[in-house]
Amino acid sequence: MTLDKLLVIGAALFCCGLYTILTRRNAVAVLMGVELVLNAANINFVAFSHYVSQLIGGQIFAVFVIVLAAAEAAVALAIFLRMFATTGTVEVDMADHLKG
Amino acid sequence: MTGPADVIFYVLAALTVGSAIFVATLPNIIYAAVALLFTFCGVAGLYVLVSADFLAATQVLVYVGGILVLIMFAVFLSNRISSVKLSNPVHFRLPAAAICLTLFGVLAYTAISPAFVLKQEITYQPTTARIGELLMTRYLLPFEVASVLLLAALIGAALLSRPDRPDIPRPDMEEPK
Repeated sequence: MTLDKLLVIGAALFCCGLYTILTRRNAVAVLMGVELVLNAANINFVAFSHYVSQLIGGQIFAVFVIVLAAAEAAVALAIFLRMFATTGTVEVDMADHLKG
Repeated sequence: MTGPADVIFYVLAALTVGSAIFVATLPNIIYAAVALLFTFCGVAGLYVLVSADFLAATQVLVYVGGILVLIMFAVFLSNRISSVKLSNPVHFRLPAAAICLTLFGVLAYTAISPAFVLKQEITYQPTTARIGELLMTRYLLPFEVASVLLLAALIGAALLSRPDRPDIPRPDMEEPK
């Protein structure tokens, strides 16, 4: 259990999240991919905070990332519900009303 | 050198990465959400192993208890019950897989290259008290900004998701034609 293994785990999580974001069309699934990416970043923060830095700032930053993820999930859910009530679907490529 | 901690680490790593792969590939979105639950739990276990106990508890409380429930609600509320087609279509599989595998290769190569100066002695100690002190002293401003942001997200989400009522005009949110 060393730094590089944790970083590889973070990279794997990031790539899974990126794949989810790239391939899914359901907006909720895209949101799940975003959560995976945020978790990958958090793992890197905590790993560097534990193995490299003398301070604990990485964990503080991870706490703030979790706060942002919670706020983002709540607002995203509200937007999805509004979008579903308006268009009857939550597929991301159907939300093109702003396209000229 | 393999001790019990290493075995636990590998089990947690396999749980985290394996269920993340399921999140990315399972066609049924409900199954993907359940796989996401295991990913979050595995990440919480990894936090414990790197002596981030407060963060592990926060991860379980906020992610598993809050965000995952929100995602489940989003899934249930945004799919028509009549059309039980919860599986979602998937596009651009091969290019996305190529991009992600390439990126993973680059990231993993960077991670295993000895580019980082490691700490000499690695200590395991409780972090909750230190995090509390730092949030009240050095990181006080981000803490307060985060509280304002949460309030704004609360109001915004409530405003966005309230039902349409004809007696209350909403001139700020025109429905698209």
